[in-house]
Amino acid sequence: MTIFQDKTPVDFVIVGAGGAGGVVAKELSSAGFQVVVLEQGPRFGEQDFEHDELKFKNIFNPPFIGRDFLTNDHSLQPNTFRKTEGEKAELSNFVQYGRCVGGGTVHFSANYWRFHESDFCERSCWGAVAGADLANWPITYADLEPYYTKAEWELGVSGQAGANPFDPPRSKPYPLQPMPVKSAGVLLEKGARKLGLHAYPAPLAILSQPYQGRSACAHCGYCTFFGCEWGAKSSTLATVLRVAEKTGRCEIRANSYVRKISVGPSGRVDGAIYFDKQKREHFQRARAVVVCANGAETPRLLLVSKSSLFPQGLANSTGLVGKFFMVELGSFAIGTFEHPVNEYKSVQVTRVVQDFYESDPKRGFYGGGGIDFRFLFYPIGFALDGLSPDTPRWGADFKKALRNNFTRTVTAFGSTTSLPIESNTITLDPEVKDAWGLPALRVTYKAHPDDFKTMNFFTEKSLDLLEAAGAKSKWGFPVVDIGASVHLMGTCRMGNDPARSVVDKYHRAHDVQNLFIVDGSSFVTSGRNQPTCTIQALAYRAADHIARIARNGSILSPV
Amino acid sequence: MVMNIGEASRRQFLLGSVSGLSSAWLALRWPAILAAQEHAQRAEASGRPVQFQFFSPEEAVEVGAMAAQIIPSDDTPGAREARVIYFIDRVLATFDRDKRPAYTQGLKDLRQRVQARFPSVNRFSSLTPEQQFQVLTAIEKTEFFELVRLHTIMGFLAKPEYGGNYNQSGWKVIGFEDQMTYKPPFGYYDAEENKHE
Repeated sequence: MTIFQDKTPVDFVIVGAGGAGGVVAKELSSAGFQVVVLEQGPRFGEQDFEHDELKFKNIFNPPFIGRDFLTNDHSLQPNTFRKTEGEKAELSNFVQYGRCVGGGTVHFSANYWRFHESDFCERSCWGAVAGADLANWPITYADLEPYYTKAEWELGVSGQAGANPFDPPRSKPYPLQPMPVKSAGVLLEKGARKLGLHAYPAPLAILSQPYQGRSACAHCGYCTFFGCEWGAKSSTLATVLRVAEKTGRCEIRANSYVRKISVGPSGRVDGAIYFDKQKREHFQRARAVVVCANGAETPRLLLVSKSSLFPQGLANSTGLVGKFFMVELGSFAIGTFEHPVNEYKSVQVTRVVQDFYESDPKRGFYGGGGIDFRFLFYPIGFALDGLSPDTPRWGADFKKALRNNFTRTVTAFGSTTSLPIESNTITLDPEVKDAWGLPALRVTYKAHPDDFKTMNFFTEKSLDLLEAAGAKSKWGFPVVDIGASVHLMGTCRMGNDPARSVVDKYHRAHDVQNLFIVDGSSFVTSGRNQPTCTIQALAYRAADHIARIARNGSILSPV
Repeated sequence: MVMNIGEASRRQFLLGSVSGLSSAWLALRWPAILAAQEHAQRAEASGRPVQFQFFSPEEAVEVGAMAAQIIPSDDTPGAREARVIYFIDRVLATFDRDKRPAYTQGLKDLRQRVQARFPSVNRFSSLTPEQQFQVLTAIEKTEFFELVRLHTIMGFLAKPEYGGNYNQSGWKVIGFEDQMTYKPPFGYYDAEENKHE
């Protein structure tokens, strides 16, 4: 195992060993550079994961309130939340993310959707949206396509190319055939056929067959919120981070919580100051820094990294760091069926419908998304939140409903757009501190009216699909103000104009020559609430570029 | 530093109760849950008859009767057969220690209510099932009832290692299995689909 000394500068410090940081670490170390990855969370292995709903999982319901020990602990790192700038922010669990080596890819459901071509140019395709800041990306789908392919092949993604008529063009098929269809998938196909829609095999970052020395999925059913005991989920923990370590040039330092990115007298960054597990402070020197700390922690770290040269926070001369915060939005509907579907077995999703992906002027509002039929409730969660609202909450009929419906329930989930709005932000709370004395992350967020219309539209479409699939009973969850989010996007917007964006199209901070920001914070628009695939494609593309310019020396001048 | 984590947790629990999001409560509990599991496993491994750690035998009978109303026994096991009361006792001895006063007070209130309504009886567990149902219906909006309900559900469906869900009886009732591997077909509809192919 490679261990670098703090005082000796390495080529790159990467902050965050998640979906993006793992990819960047592997790419840069494979390209011959010395890399230290500082991950605030612990490192787990497959042996630490188990089937235990109380220990690993709480119940996943709208609005999403969820945490397990793979994710951030709000008692140590509190968030505060307010809807608008005029209000005082109150303690909240708003921001949820993977806090361990592998980040969110350890516990994610592994839905792995590419963006469509239109996602990169919605401002010109759709036009302006009043009360929002819709913008084009500085890159196109074609720019990113080779990196989507690279992500799918390096990490291991199962799917069927060409099965989705709305899929953007791809240069290669998926490396692995789709996962076997589950009953919910068969039912979605049936419903879609009846309505003239198109269900297709879900692309999943889970191995349908053995791949690159890893075992295939055993269909145990514990994907969402759990770590994979088989190593079949293509987390960065199970894939690229191991490759990075094998190069002998990458050290992954777990339990290392960065409190500041350090700036030298020339205005270049020269390393990261962090706390180790015992809260002792260290300074890891580096010739360049890549921040991959997620769409909420990245802006917080930049804002807290104030210096005389950057009094508003690092890379924040525009004041845009933390702005345009976008979150996961979606809709839920539940259906029960005559026969057992046993959705607790195997992966979460096997079929998806993207017929409503694009914004459609006929609907009268901006927004689009996809619908899948999925597994949502483990047993305790089901008893608490999975029964229809008219079911008695206890007694003989409650038990009867549990007994009849646990194996017969399917959730229809709509993954929808979240509009970028400048006043939706991540900032530093002026009063509340975390357990290390750093300012707490303050969320200011209010969804756009079109976001609500979109969610309601998807609830209706989901109910139509459940009906067409033959559901015996069905109900939708009311669309409410969101109070928590696991998908964190848009806070260090990518763009060509240094006055209106934080990073350039290669993820380099406009303000700092040797600082790169690569994660959900780069997003200009949200896609359709399935960001991981695009975060990782961006990471491959950014790393490719960073390695190229590092080789010609322009970012790695001596510290 | 103005915040107080304990205060925040309580407030969150209340918010969770009000909005029906029981999960908010669970989310706050995980570190202690680890300890509870170890505790339950130690108790299991000791081989001695299970002793109550918190409840008096009388209290255990009362709470057991409430749990048996919440998830009754019929032709399949209910809270009683799943030994939910042991789960509840253990959580009150471990990760839900701070809920002990809620039980003590809740049981006191319950007793008073029973005595006021049925002067000849002084314990909830001595009422007929119909009378028990009436009494619980009258208190079903209280925080105490909500807590017992949550614990009963958890005790029925959590891993048996925590002390309830005896012999996986809760899981068997709802049709859940816990295996490390499955093979398709998983359910009725994919099995049907495969037949046609």
